[in-house]
Amino acid sequence: MSAMGMLPRDGGAPDGAQVPSPVRERDRVRDAPYPERPDPSPQPSPERERAPGASEAGEAGYNFAYLDEGTKRMIRRAILKAIAVPGYQVPFASREMPMPYGWGTGGVQVTAAILGRADVLKVIDQGADDTTNAVSIRRFFARTSGIATTTRTTAATIIQTRHRIPETPLREGQILVYQVPIPEPLRFLEPRETETRQLHALAEYGAMHVKLYEDISRHGHIATTYAYPVEVAGRYVMDPSPTPKFDNPKMDQSPALQLFGAGRERRIYAVPPYTSVRSLDFEDHPFRVQEFTEPCALCGASGHYLDEVVTDDSGGRMYVCSDTDICETRVAEAAR
Amino acid sequence: MLAPGFADPVHDAQGTFRAVMDALARPGLPQRLDAGPNPPAPLTPELAAIALALTDADTPVWLDADLAASSEVAAYLRFHTGAPLTEDPARAAFALIRDPARCPPLARFAQGTPAYPDTSTTLVLALDAIASEAGLRLIGPGIDGTARIALSPLPDSFVAQLAENRAGFPLGVDLILTAPGRVAGLPRSTAVTEG
Amino acid sequence: MYVAVKGGEAAIDNAHRLLAEARRGDPAVPELTVAQIREQMALLVDRVMAEGSLYDPDLAALALKQARGDVVEAVFLVRAYRTTLPRFGASAPVDTGAMAVARRVSATFKDLPGGQVLGPTFDYTHRLIDFALAAEGAVEPAAEAEPRDDAGTCPRVTDLLAQDGLIEPSPPDDGAPVGDLTREPVDYPADRALRLQALARGDEGFVLGLGYSTQRGYGRTHPFVGEIRVGEVAVTFVPEELGFPVPLGRIRLTECQMVNQFKGSGAAPPQFTRGYGLTFGQSERKAMAMALVDRALRAEELGEPVASPAQDQEFVLAHCDSLQATGFVEHLKLPHYVDFQAELELVRRLRAEFFRDSDSMQEAAE
Repeated sequence: MSAMGMLPRDGGAPDGAQVPSPVRERDRVRDAPYPERPDPSPQPSPERERAPGASEAGEAGYNFAYLDEGTKRMIRRAILKAIAVPGYQVPFASREMPMPYGWGTGGVQVTAAILGRADVLKVIDQGADDTTNAVSIRRFFARTSGIATTTRTTAATIIQTRHRIPETPLREGQILVYQVPIPEPLRFLEPRETETRQLHALAEYGAMHVKLYEDISRHGHIATTYAYPVEVAGRYVMDPSPTPKFDNPKMDQSPALQLFGAGRERRIYAVPPYTSVRSLDFEDHPFRVQEFTEPCALCGASGHYLDEVVTDDSGGRMYVCSDTDICETRVAEAAR
Repeated sequence: MLAPGFADPVHDAQGTFRAVMDALARPGLPQRLDAGPNPPAPLTPELAAIALALTDADTPVWLDADLAASSEVAAYLRFHTGAPLTEDPARAAFALIRDPARCPPLARFAQGTPAYPDTSTTLVLALDAIASEAGLRLIGPGIDGTARIALSPLPDSFVAQLAENRAGFPLGVDLILTAPGRVAGLPRSTAVTEG
Repeated sequence: MYVAVKGGEAAIDNAHRLLAEARRGDPAVPELTVAQIREQMALLVDRVMAEGSLYDPDLAALALKQARGDVVEAVFLVRAYRTTLPRFGASAPVDTGAMAVARRVSATFKDLPGGQVLGPTFDYTHRLIDFALAAEGAVEPAAEAEPRDDAGTCPRVTDLLAQDGLIEPSPPDDGAPVGDLTREPVDYPADRALRLQALARGDEGFVLGLGYSTQRGYGRTHPFVGEIRVGEVAVTFVPEELGFPVPLGRIRLTECQMVNQFKGSGAAPPQFTRGYGLTFGQSERKAMAMALVDRALRAEELGEPVASPAQDQEFVLAHCDSLQATGFVEHLKLPHYVDFQAELELVRRLRAEFFRDSDSMQEAAE
């Protein structure tokens, strides 16, 4: 093993480290030789924990959940209209956040606007709680709001995500907040905002169908594998954010509220619970999700979305769950 | 002396908003609304809480005749929210309605535009009581199958107006219904029929 | 047994400590003070203030120190700080005609009231590395200017042209509220004031490239530098409760008025038109490029064909902000393996079908 061996096994956790989990290498960042240091964080409680140093009041000098109240009101109003018109992109005056555009500023603003003291927050990126950007965003909220965080899908009231929907079915009362880079599903067909706005106003989605059908005639398949467009409540065509199309069926009639925040593009949209979300398709080419031929190498699950891990330089591969929480839970249950 | 607003502005506003958000996300499922403020009559604590949580200098507010008749109510809202009051319902971002029986036709409020349907008025109504599992039948986003909600008082021609409002989707107004300690949502996406 | 490491939080902490160490550099070399950056890297400080939309030289200097001299990163720090500040309102328009000029040049008239004032400029320096600077010597005091008869009056060149109606009038103040793209998302088409706000905050390199493109034929505007002036102006604010202007202080600005040929249209007589640039601090390159792009973006208003990038406001406004651009470009280094996995699967499937098809075609041929 390389320099990674110098890292404490469960490094910075307060992240549900109660399960002694075999977790995969997630971040190339860690290839750098970091100096070893003792882990200063206190032992986490089983399901909920506070960030080290986080007080109930959050970071001194900033408002609860960072945003000022005027900004929260503006975002909250946008969220209410987004819920009232499912799939429609509500413009909002996105603020400059202390993290870069494109790194989740939209999701962070939505989460900051809805978050209350009683909430328990989970943050995932690529399905995993331990990816660096997920850690960074979770830590931001722990510091600025002092609220409890978790890695358990079942324990969370709010889950902020980038690129995945948890495998564990969500329940009523939970809120899934998506980070969205390009909210406009028609953007790659028509770069102009003035044009796409008209297309939505007229519900003129023919071009999208033509594009998908061109894929079929050229490749025999629809060649869109992620950010696969959906029609919400029979009206607006919506970008589900760059989740793999594997996750699209989870959006349909979900008991959870789904909120989408695009900071750089300044749009908020929503899918209320129990709302129809249909992946666009054709009678002769119905929508199909990716299938994996083998089960997860760690927990043995099939039917989960898997990451392909390169294990050596001679073509060795293994497949493991992208959702770290469900994978760790299954491994722990099997060990019991 | 002006009556005070929220005791805890940050968390009371958050709690009120979450109740309203959950109500609009689940039409027909009333949410608890622990309204903090004790505003001058005839403004109700629930109307006041929602106004304090959601309105400010960027949102013109329309008051119905009952509320507009009270200079104390106007002073209270102006002081605590900074929201400009408007007499034109078609310019209102929010409308506060104390007496639903005398609410102007829904079509007189801002309906939004095809390009920007979010620019429609949100009406906040004070009712005497809201009960679920009986009364009007609701279908639409946020509802698992059908839901029922009983409103009292139920203004004349309300159901017909709601049907018209739904028919204009994605244009149309959104309704936040309050009763003592409760809030329910009727977004424009909900189809409402008589039970 | 395959074991990977869980260490996102430790990795981030360690990276931040490495960053702090790298920022300081060799501890044997004295540390820079914020005042040194403010005084001796003044043009860099000006750029950070301009693109950061916040006039505070000390804060900009501190941001530069914290950002290890990375301009976009420093702009980011300033913007993220700015967004937490309460907003009291808009100042009264500053009067650049009353500017105390440190520099003022016109390319359209040889001499004019107020004169040509070169001021502190790189123009006409020979770009030879001055090794004497490495010796950290004292500088000679600058010469005092000789007083002119018309000193103190410095009318704008465009005002002189406007007296004869040769240039379009400056747009009147219609009393409309001042738009602010940091408070409202842009609704296209954006009016000129909002476009100018976007350009003033825009990345200098991007705006420069666009301005340059208009000179090379992508949306020609036939520009002349009517005037560039650099100097201090007073900022005043009218508080609602007082109703009269209260001075807030003085700020240094660079203003560029570009004079552009216009052959006239059915509605307007032939006359010169304007392109406008204004930045915090001294930044002539930015102000000039901004003025070129401002004029190019007026193509539609002036009945000219809109065919080039610099004339296309959705293209310019959506892409000129360095923070939006850098954030989205750099977000590509975040993990994307979930999406990549989806693409891998598709490419493998398409390849399998491709080779199967070509095999069967070969078989058919044989």
